[in-house]
Amino acid sequence: MSQVVFDPAKVMDVDYTKRTEYHAELEAMRVSRRLLKEVAFTPSLPERGYNGRTLHVDVGTLAVTEKPVTPQMKDLFVGGRGFGLWHLWNAVTPRTRWNDPENEIVISPGPVCGITQYAGTGKSLVVTLSPETEIPIDSNVGGYFGPLLKFSGFDALELQGKSEKELILFIDGQKGILRLEEAPVGPVDSHVLAEVLTALYAENDADRVNVSVVSSGAAAGHSLIGMLNFSWFDTRRGCIRLKQAGRGGIGTVFRDKGIKALVCRGPRVRGDLNRPADLETLAKVGIKYHREIRENDPHQCMMRRNGTAHIVEIMDAYDLLPTHNFQYGSHPDTHRIASTYWQQRCTQVTADGCWYGCSMACAKGADGLVLKTGPYKGHTVTVDGPEYENAAGLGSNCGVFDPDWLLELNFYCDTYGICTITWGTLCAFVMECYQRGILNEERTGGLKMTWGNAEADLEMMHQLARGEGFGRIAGQGVHRMKKIFAERGWGDPRLLDDIGMENKGLEYSQYMSKESLAQQGGYALTNKGPQHDEAWLIFMDMVNKQIPTFEDKAEALYYFPLFRTWFGLAGFCKLPWNDVVPADNARQPEAHKVPEHVQNYVDLFTATTGWKITKEELLVQSARVYNFQRVFNIRMGKGLREHDRAPYRSMGPVTREEYESRAERYDRQIVEEMGLDPSGMSLEEKMAAHRRWREERYRKLTDAVYLRRGWTPNGVPTLERLKELGLDALPEVVDVVRQHL
Amino acid sequence: MKQLRIDVGRCDYGRHCEHECEHACAEKVFKLKDPAMAALHIRELPDGKGVAALCDQCGDCVVVCPADALRRNKPGVILLDKKLCVGCYMCVGFCEKDVFERNPEWLEPYKCISCGICVKVCPRAALEIVDVPEPAPRII
Ligand code: SF4
Ligand code: SF4
Ligand code: SF4
Repeated sequence: MSQVVFDPAKVMDVDYTKRTEYHAELEAMRVSRRLLKEVAFTPSLPERGYNGRTLHVDVGTLAVTEKPVTPQMKDLFVGGRGFGLWHLWNAVTPRTRWNDPENEIVISPGPVCGITQYAGTGKSLVVTLSPETEIPIDSNVGGYFGPLLKFSGFDALELQGKSEKELILFIDGQKGILRLEEAPVGPVDSHVLAEVLTALYAENDADRVNVSVVSSGAAAGHSLIGMLNFSWFDTRRGCIRLKQAGRGGIGTVFRDKGIKALVCRGPRVRGDLNRPADLETLAKVGIKYHREIRENDPHQCMMRRNGTAHIVEIMDAYDLLPTHNFQYGSHPDTHRIASTYWQQRCTQVTADGCWYGCSMACAKGADGLVLKTGPYKGHTVTVDGPEYENAAGLGSNCGVFDPDWLLELNFYCDTYGICTITWGTLCAFVMECYQRGILNEERTGGLKMTWGNAEADLEMMHQLARGEGFGRIAGQGVHRMKKIFAERGWGDPRLLDDIGMENKGLEYSQYMSKESLAQQGGYALTNKGPQHDEAWLIFMDMVNKQIPTFEDKAEALYYFPLFRTWFGLAGFCKLPWNDVVPADNARQPEAHKVPEHVQNYVDLFTATTGWKITKEELLVQSARVYNFQRVFNIRMGKGLREHDRAPYRSMGPVTREEYESRAERYDRQIVEEMGLDPSGMSLEEKMAAHRRWREERYRKLTDAVYLRRGWTPNGVPTLERLKELGLDALPEVVDVVRQHL
Repeated sequence: MKQLRIDVGRCDYGRHCEHECEHACAEKVFKLKDPAMAALHIRELPDGKGVAALCDQCGDCVVVCPADALRRNKPGVILLDKKLCVGCYMCVGFCEKDVFERNPEWLEPYKCISCGICVKVCPRAALEIVDVPEPAPRII
């Protein structure tokens, strides 16, 4: 692969300040809002990253309470995802379902979240019981809401109960007022709603940067795959931008609770609002990192030019780009949705970080998109230039290689409040079912779900947003579609199980793990289901070849889920960790861990909290939360070995065509790995031999990983492990484990 | 656009002068005692030559600033609006000439404002303020 050369002359000339404006919607919202309750609170700034306060709002009873953050919470859970899981644990029982009022949505910025000197430091974590998996889901999201919530006075926001009215919660951290309002009319879809609410709650134009909105969209309420958008105001474009808490249906819970939006108006941001222990270190480490981006990014990933989309062509070149529901790993049309195109399509002379100080600035925006379908047909909009996951999921995996259609799909997923990754994988599943005759025009109610048919794909989505037709079935996700199809006698249930790319009820994200044992584990041996948050190992396994042996892979499945969990405890984004690396990184021991950056994180955490940690202690902080989450899963009825089973499509060739597309590689493996002679074998025999070998390999990997993690062969954390981590201080955690030993 | 220039033939890099420019910049413009904190840097090198680091008002820092806190004024000089600055120091990290400055006492960084005070104090008349066309914003 040769390095892409960025040519500034080819960047399209698009006026990034022009887009459709929503004045009527703003007026409708302004006149129809009605105050239900107003409560005063004392705004505060964090001290060394913590306010020590949690805000709890019951949207059913409208009760507003404050709770302290205890020293034990900080010791055991740090913040962010840790706080979210702990609050959720206390809110639910093993019988709680996602749509019970006691289920909570917890939003928590970690202690480091909100510093402005380093890249990727505005992340908050959202935790709830997922409608898709029925266990806790957590999602790491940018946008300004988390930092502004913290600078208003709170380390976490718990939302519980259910409202019968369409509710807006407004937290005014400048004035110390919290308002619950009814908003019966007006927009639900995020690109309009966040724009309107930002204008409505800001005191003047300059105040708009201090306002952030959390919202979902019309499709979230009719599906299980709803997602949340977190906004920030982009001063140069003069519009709101959105970042997503995507996976696992958090937006569905939000809409089920009757929440239309959360709005936070914080104080004007400055570089020291976190009141860190050692600002000088934050400045030094931050400037060193900004320089590294300036010098290395143009020769490495070009994140500032194309965001994460740079790996589209790399994945294709290595036969790892999911194509046609993960059947194949490349496609001749990939160049049409590769980074060279996005560099030209995205606006370039602007700052595209989703929080201040993000020099990696991957939140590229594609401006001037004129929509061709749906309720906003003809509108000119700004949409995020697709991230890799969206280009692969909405694009190659569904056979869509037209970049404009891809942007439109991305736009509607965002504004309708559904997860792009989930939609990509479930639509690819629908399309393969259509290809194999499991679905047909009659069964889909007229949708011709052929590969690459973006218009049908979009119509399915518009149906979901309207709550009708086959779109509603699709919106149940792959796990439930498999059941529905099987019940109706559509297709062979075993085939559906093999090709339906989900585990624990969550759809796979967009990497072809068939040839990467490490990524197979990285997907299915996870707490929350197959995503790339916990263990994105495909690149180091298949491209950089940094974890060649079985032991390396098992070790990587111990280390990386823990290391990556930590970003969500402290309030960091993961991308700045390894999407740029120091020039001499390859010469360092354990280069795949990017040791200099690990040290940066240790230093940033210590400089913010004043709490001296080492890189080993960083892992222990994570291990506590990671194991706690595993126990939480077990408490909710999942989290055992049987739930870590992976669909065969993620492990090997399900169909004849898949085998034939890589026959040479697969035949060679029969000789080299299995010691058999393929020449006398039929295709079916070869496929069966592969399946045995691959499933056995995955079984062995599972054993090795569980052992390394300190779990029993059934995937249960041992009492010794809990003790080692100090989790035996929580008797209710120990009780859950005892029942499974 | 007003731009500070140095004539490298005239500047003797502190061999005979007292770094008057740096002193004047630090003390008079920014009210800082340490001349090393000035918005320009003149350094003698062991080989008898020297280096001067000056802001040429290129505008790279304007492009990277996430808070829109850096703007050109009418004469084209880039100024920092402290009310908007969020102290992220991206401007500092992205300045290729390493002349976007910060010091441990201040939250906001600072830079050359092409005021010409250094020009006036240079005993060898090596510095001048010139008027040159503003460059188009670069993609950074
Ligand atoms: S401070 Fe640096 S980046 Fe900014 S205008 Fe001056 S030379 Fe250019
Ligand atoms: S430190 Fe201030 S002026 Fe410099 S880039 Fe950040 S916000 Fe802009
Ligand atoms: S022009 Fe003014 S601000 Fe710039 S280096 Fe000279 S004295 Fe300092």
